[in-house]
Amino acid sequence: MTQVRVLIGTAKGAFVATRPAAGTAWQVEGPHFGGWEVYHLKGSPIDPDRVWAAPSTGWHGQVIQHSKDGGRTWEVMGNEFAYRGETRTHQWYDGTPHPWEFARVWHLEPSPVDVDTIYAGVEDAALFRSTDAGRTWSELEGLRTHSTAGTWQPGAGGLCLHTIILNPDNPDRIFVAISAAGAFRSDDGGITWLPINTGLDSGHLPDQDATVGHCVHNLAQHPDRPDTLFMQKHWDVLRTDDAGDHWREVSGNLPSDFGFPIEVDPNDPETIFVVPILSDSEHYPPDGKMRVARSRTGGDQWELLTEGLPQAHAYGNILRDAMSLDAEDPCGIYVGTTDGVVYASDDGGDHWAPIVEHLPRILSVEAQSIP
Amino acid sequence: MTAIRVVLPHHLRTLAGVDREITVEVEEPTIGGVLGAVEHAHPELRGTFRDHGTLKRRPFMRWFACEEDLSHEPLETRLPADVAEGRDVFRILGAIAGG
Repeated sequence: MTQVRVLIGTAKGAFVATRPAAGTAWQVEGPHFGGWEVYHLKGSPIDPDRVWAAPSTGWHGQVIQHSKDGGRTWEVMGNEFAYRGETRTHQWYDGTPHPWEFARVWHLEPSPVDVDTIYAGVEDAALFRSTDAGRTWSELEGLRTHSTAGTWQPGAGGLCLHTIILNPDNPDRIFVAISAAGAFRSDDGGITWLPINTGLDSGHLPDQDATVGHCVHNLAQHPDRPDTLFMQKHWDVLRTDDAGDHWREVSGNLPSDFGFPIEVDPNDPETIFVVPILSDSEHYPPDGKMRVARSRTGGDQWELLTEGLPQAHAYGNILRDAMSLDAEDPCGIYVGTTDGVVYASDDGGDHWAPIVEHLPRILSVEAQSIP
Repeated sequence: MTAIRVVLPHHLRTLAGVDREITVEVEEPTIGGVLGAVEHAHPELRGTFRDHGTLKRRPFMRWFACEEDLSHEPLETRLPADVAEGRDVFRILGAIAGG
């Protein structure tokens, strides 16, 4: 059994939870960047001690922090996220054109092939890349200047690029998701992009065959099956087996198919996890019961995992980056709630226990297995 | 060159790893001169009190000196004599914005 580290981003700083070995107690350190909103932090799949964090505040804007020792010490990196070329406009909430404005980083995705390369998904939606560990950032502007981009309209959380999927076997292929534009695929390393939203059924759209305008909440992929993606949409859980060319709904018997995160078991590409949330109006679990849903059949058939999770008066939400799986077998699963608890299971979801409570609102959770 | 004493807000002190008050050397004792000198001495603070490209003040940031709010003054505005001569400080601070 390897060491497991969980990187926790909260509304008032970052925390690092470490379990030295199976059966040992969790040690929690933090807050790092106390008082800053840390939407996301994530470690390199090549060197897990290389960790990046994205703290921001309304006063000082965005900064990027980088650690080379697993989150114990940090160095301030570059924070200039400048849109490349003509800024252009997207639709504002009232339908009028609104210029692209950088607000914050939502998601950091370190490269699986180069330890100094990292991608950042930002609001207003755009994809940036750094090849010098975060000192300087360049926009991959082909996404923001896509022919549909003038029609993109922000969701309630803003026009944010929140999901980035990279695959070490094909660095030219990148998947991203934007609220509320949809999912996109690049096959040339991020230069050009294709909307991949065929089959998504979004009741809020007048045109059910709309190319964009779908509120995708999260995507997940097993690296050994790169053409299969799973999606948690605003409503509906879906899958594609042709790299996004076609999607089909696999919500099955979920008590609610609204939710935010979705993850794939690293040991089994047909085992997936979601966290059902009652609705887009309530944003809390159905019946006040926190339940993680697991499908061992790639969707459609779901079982609700409850052992050790609160089954009364549980009203915390689980945000899109607040569920993560480690690389153990069976996998460990880590879920952070907006009421400040990180629950962990070390047996693939059968049993759960909190590893830390009373944290600020949890925005992201990333698990790492440390060899 | 003129030495200007600058007081930073909490988050910028921790970001730069400095104490409450720092001293920067400026060519011209102006608002723009002192802000640029802070950024030059502590590059990690670039973008945290004014924008990178436009040099526009961030919405909740303010600059005070000698009981005057200089936030809306042009960058070429000269600092008060007490600040320029080191008897008083130039304050970069976050506005009270909350509820």
